[in-house]
Amino acid sequence: MIIARILGTVVSTQKDERLQGKKLLIVRPINVDGTDTTGYVVAVDTVGAGFHERVLVVAGSSARLAQGMKDTPVDAAIVGVIDTVAVTQ
Amino acid sequence: MQLARVIGTVVATVKNESLEGRKLLVIQSLNKDLAPQGKPLVAIDAAGAGVGELVFWCRGKEASFPFKREDTPTDCTIVGIVDSDEHVSTQ
Repeated sequence: MIIARILGTVVSTQKDERLQGKKLLIVRPINVDGTDTTGYVVAVDTVGAGFHERVLVVAGSSARLAQGMKDTPVDAAIVGVIDTVAVTQ
Repeated sequence: MQLARVIGTVVATVKNESLEGRKLLVIQSLNKDLAPQGKPLVAIDAAGAGVGELVFWCRGKEASFPFKREDTPTDCTIVGIVDSDEHVSTQ
């Protein structure tokens, strides 16, 4: 999983029916010290995350294993809102 | 699978229900000479690892296999602890 920060939202009306009702957010991967990297991913939110929060993002086929995501055509899902990251080395 | 060093912990109170009770650790992947390689990742622990330990981890969908495999959304799981740095040898 990667740590990411929520940058924004995506609104899509016409989409796969299994994506109906799912919230789409734009997230940017960040380093463990909180600094930004480049690039972005559109991810489905499964936890109710908000703008600028640090979140955990699962990528690949594992993304659809999250509760409520069975058989959905996604490759990135937000599965947690991060409280703290403690790195010792 | 890849070798990695556990370098930290992550606390996330709000998470997907299927991750309840799972321990989240920050790992730094290593090359065969145990030098850092790539960026740190967040992994779920399936082996009882702690900070500072040398571990090996599994990527992709297989990362969910140590748990309820159809219900655990993880793409990075620690599946074993290496006995010590000296127990990794390459020629």
